[in-house]
Amino acid sequence: MSSVRVLVGTRKGAFILTSDGKRQTWDVAGPHFGGWELYHLKGSPADPNRIYASQSSSWFGQIIQRSNDGGKTWEPVGNKFTYEGTPGTHQWYDGTAHPWEFKRVWHLEPSLTDPDTVYAGVEDAALFRSTDGGQSWQELPGLRDQQGSSWMPGAGGMGLHTILLDPTNPQRIFIAISAAGVFRSDDGGQSWKIATKGLHSQFMPDPTAPVGHCVHRIAMHPSRPNTLFMQKHWHIMRSDDAGDSWQKVSGNLPTDFGFPIDVHAHEPETIYVVPIKSDSEHYPPEGKLRVYRSRTGGNEWEALTNGLPQENCYVNVLRDAMSVDSLDECGVYFGTTGGQVYCSTNSGDSWKPIVRDLPAVVSVEVQTLP
Amino acid sequence: MIRVILPQHLRTLANVAGEVTLAVSGAITPNSIVSALETRYPMLRGAIRDYGTLKRRPLLRYFACEEDVSHDAPDALLPKAIASGAEPFMIVGAIAGG
Repeated sequence: MSSVRVLVGTRKGAFILTSDGKRQTWDVAGPHFGGWELYHLKGSPADPNRIYASQSSSWFGQIIQRSNDGGKTWEPVGNKFTYEGTPGTHQWYDGTAHPWEFKRVWHLEPSLTDPDTVYAGVEDAALFRSTDGGQSWQELPGLRDQQGSSWMPGAGGMGLHTILLDPTNPQRIFIAISAAGVFRSDDGGQSWKIATKGLHSQFMPDPTAPVGHCVHRIAMHPSRPNTLFMQKHWHIMRSDDAGDSWQKVSGNLPTDFGFPIDVHAHEPETIYVVPIKSDSEHYPPEGKLRVYRSRTGGNEWEALTNGLPQENCYVNVLRDAMSVDSLDECGVYFGTTGGQVYCSTNSGDSWKPIVRDLPAVVSVEVQTLP
Repeated sequence: MIRVILPQHLRTLANVAGEVTLAVSGAITPNSIVSALETRYPMLRGAIRDYGTLKRRPLLRYFACEEDVSHDAPDALLPKAIASGAEPFMIVGAIAGG
């Protein structure tokens, strides 16, 4: 019988939630790395027991942990992230030039085919790759050639937070950066192109400039790698040409600000977002926690509320804190800044909390195990 | 032998309990102690000092013989009591909260 393993990164450690395919009863293990921030954990599609974790702290910096047994035991691996060459400067909040400085790893994306190859998206924004199981890391510096000197951090920092690997084309990678935009490589990360045509960001002096868009998250269904969905700092967008152009599909959402976006495991046009009130009020409108689902790839949205708090709820759901499983009845999961991790075993029709009182949840990833 | 006291999170990371004792050759300085520590416990590399500059991470402090030596030159000699092992060299995390 299939089972699921949910990897939860929080502000104070990592938790691993496991259940059988029914997803009714859960075992909760953790905290792993108690007291540390766990920005992201993700398992290798090629070897699900190989899991990578980004562990960090303001005191002690960045640690990368690796497990070879599904998260039961861990070992620290390489944590040296050195920019290639002389990285120069990017824009600072006050418009001055600021040296590129490594701060932390926001996102880890294991290769689809090789457990020892893993990508890391870091702050200050850059893409690193390891081909030796995380022991050593090399930057793919061509990304910064795309007007990197003009990139400027948003309030949350200039992090590379999304890495999408095309399952049909091993040379194609999409990445997204706050607050720079979306970029695509067609040669395995050596060179890049800006992929922001159609984005409109009112907070920029030129709202349609190539870079500077605060992209919060992009998502892809593996069966349609040319179709991308985006939650931006305002606006839900979609692209049907691999990021060459984008169209707004916010439709009837009560607000189109938010952080996560994800795609149903079996329905490529079914997508999920969690709207929050605004850029200055990071909580659900009216104190009602609602996931919105579109079965039409955007524009037409329905509120999913069954099992979610519908009064006095002022949590947020961060960009990496939503995921889906691939069981026959697609499971949808998300974690909140209030420490709840919710699970739906019916594509979002109803929800139950797996846990209610974890530290603030930063990331949620789900592994569907045979 | 040099005695070193690590903050709890670094003891966990290095998988050690209590004090660490180290053989350090040459001059006994913050840099020589931390270098010996990193050699013995490679997982601590980058967690105490920056990889490139070898500067102490800003939210860590070095204490020796009830003195904060964090702002002394990292290659300055430490007191004899540290070199003899009579007193521990302490790596301390800055206080969090308020």
